[in-house]
Amino acid sequence: MHSSVKCDLAGTDPKSGGGGRWLSWRRLRALCWKETLQIFRDPSSVLIAFFMPLLMLFIFGYGINLDFSRLRIGLRMEDAGTEAAAFAAALTGSPWLEVHAYDSRAAMERALVDSQIRGFVVIAGDFSRRLQQVGATAPVQVVADGSEPNIAQFVRSTVSGVWQNWQIQRAGERGEPMTREISLEPRVWFNPSAESRNFIIPGSITVIMTVIGALLTSLVVAREWERGTMEALLASPVTRTELLLSKIVPYYGLGMISLMLCVAVAHWVLRVPFRGTLGALWVVGSFFLLSVLGIGLAISTGMRNQFNAAQAALNAAFLPAVMLSGFIYEISSMPPLLRGVTHLIPARYFVSSMQTIFQAGTIWKLLVPDILMLAGTTVVFIGLTAKLTKRRME
Amino acid sequence: MIFLSRIQSLVRKEFQSLLSTKSGKMLLIMPVILQTALFPFAATLEVKNASLAVFNEDCGRPAVEMMERFAASGAFTRIIPVWSAAEVERAIGTRDALLAVHIPADFSRKITAGESSPVQVILDGRRSNSAQIAFSYLQSVLDGYLKDRAAAAGRAVPSEIIARNWFVPNLEYTHFILPSLVAIITTIGSLIVTALSVAREREQGTFEQLLVSPLSPEMIMVGKAVPAVAVGFFQATLILLAAVFLYDVPFRGSLALLYGGMFFYSLALCGVGLFISSISKTQQQAFLGAFVFMVPAILLSGYTAPVENMPPWLQDLTWINPVRHFVEVVKGVFLKDASLGRVFSLVWPLVVIGTVNLTLAALMFRRKAA
Repeated sequence: MHSSVKCDLAGTDPKSGGGGRWLSWRRLRALCWKETLQIFRDPSSVLIAFFMPLLMLFIFGYGINLDFSRLRIGLRMEDAGTEAAAFAAALTGSPWLEVHAYDSRAAMERALVDSQIRGFVVIAGDFSRRLQQVGATAPVQVVADGSEPNIAQFVRSTVSGVWQNWQIQRAGERGEPMTREISLEPRVWFNPSAESRNFIIPGSITVIMTVIGALLTSLVVAREWERGTMEALLASPVTRTELLLSKIVPYYGLGMISLMLCVAVAHWVLRVPFRGTLGALWVVGSFFLLSVLGIGLAISTGMRNQFNAAQAALNAAFLPAVMLSGFIYEISSMPPLLRGVTHLIPARYFVSSMQTIFQAGTIWKLLVPDILMLAGTTVVFIGLTAKLTKRRME
Repeated sequence: MIFLSRIQSLVRKEFQSLLSTKSGKMLLIMPVILQTALFPFAATLEVKNASLAVFNEDCGRPAVEMMERFAASGAFTRIIPVWSAAEVERAIGTRDALLAVHIPADFSRKITAGESSPVQVILDGRRSNSAQIAFSYLQSVLDGYLKDRAAAAGRAVPSEIIARNWFVPNLEYTHFILPSLVAIITTIGSLIVTALSVAREREQGTFEQLLVSPLSPEMIMVGKAVPAVAVGFFQATLILLAAVFLYDVPFRGSLALLYGGMFFYSLALCGVGLFISSISKTQQQAFLGAFVFMVPAILLSGYTAPVENMPPWLQDLTWINPVRHFVEVVKGVFLKDASLGRVFSLVWPLVVIGTVNLTLAALMFRRKAA
């Protein structure tokens, strides 16, 4: 690695560099080439730029599924009557539940503690009798595993849905049609099948871009400071603008290739609808990438130490992109202070514009405010890096 | 005896290099504090403060009563009254409202006449999960309203559902998040410590010196593992204390079982960390290697989305993920007072994962040493 840097430096002939000029294309090209070679020579940066995006998309596509398919629940029948059997049959017939019958209540409760089932239903011994009796109410007991709040809610709402249908059907069979006075009819806009994957995948591209833009750059640039090759560069006729651009251009290219790869895989392999245009994607993607590159460069220029830079990038760029960008966790559900903090995070604007581009289309009215904020953060972070580099040089 | 004293001095050296600098100490504590303060509020799938757009074309009593119930439920802090279908479109399109309810003009008339009336609810599919959760809140508020109406009209209910939640009766999200955090933050801490310690020595050239010393590769591995296990225990204990004393999550199980499980989990992590560092040449490679392992392992641990929702082949594949088993151990012991048998069924996969990785790492170090 050392030798390659030296030989590239020797390749930039100082005589043709044009002394005090602000920017020399020749020098910039040579520096960018050096940077590109460094990226491709290290297996770990190739791993991060090409393998990681595919792995993450795959995980977000198959592993992070918020739509429940079949939950295991227990059923204890203490009543042998026909009404109880009819209700049990309705439960077993639900496509959302996998019902396991238990002979003893104790065994069923143990299964709930051991997470083998996520809830259970008990039909008491007098269920059928109370149903027949006028004025009596036959209870159905449902217990859900509260240690998993989402699952518990799903168990309760699914069982009560089955129970409601069963009641309507039973009333119909007895010739006393029962209707619900008010019924809510849901319509899902933008994502009619309401698949969580369709909004999680466009959002997850944000996390991938952050890893390439902030984490990888912070490590690479910090290493140059740590090893002293940055000082060697600073002692050469290279100007500050050239230095900054030589770090931005190759990683911008790498990030854009990854972005295109992600969008292609998301659309053609994972079948997420893409309703926007590539032009809008390019504009939004460029600004976001530049602002995370700015964060990565500012961190590494400020820290100069790989271990610290990596930790800082993890805490300042990666974690906020996962937790505070709104791609899984809804921003409006956060406390006001945290909601305020999310406005400072570029990932937030990228998540919302990616979701718009993928699911709603290129609607400039929605995209322009996000783009303006992204452009603002780009200027702030790249400006900060320029300032830090200047201080380092003095 | 010589064996022990040699390891002892190696362990002392490792602790010194870990804690010698101020920034080193900060990095062991700061992320824990930051994440314990942030995660429980940010990383929640609970829907709060959502806004509901209401397009009400009916001013009869049932419509007003139903709207009052919706407004009174905790989930919606903002009700946006709109007066046309175009305004509904704008409220949803600009993300002003998560849901929009449309009550038709003949709603009250139909209900009073004993007919059934539909109410259209529009969900923002770009946030379909939150929208669906919010929709189920609406549904349960409506169920309560219908039940009260039936009772007021003197109609008998033939059957009813009595639902309860065990372990966390009110489904507080913090009770679910904090035990999982114990597992997740510990993972980040001890994995990075092990993965980077060898790589740093290699980059600085001191690893070769260790290899030519009288220490065997296995002893070096023990020396690297002890501080990482200690870091894991330290960070886990911090979060445990915060969970019980700051967030009031009741600890129901046995501390001995929890720490027993934690010991085997840390060993499994050390195995993974040492294996990564045995195949990396630089700190950058070790860090990125640890990252490529850690992010998928945490995402697929059942914390972000339940393992049950994954396709069956992926569920089977998560068996090799140590984080998944330990998240279950902590949640089980913490919230459900899990039995020894249950903890054992989760710990033995950790022992297998640890053994395989430690063996692989030892083989790699031996090859480098030879």
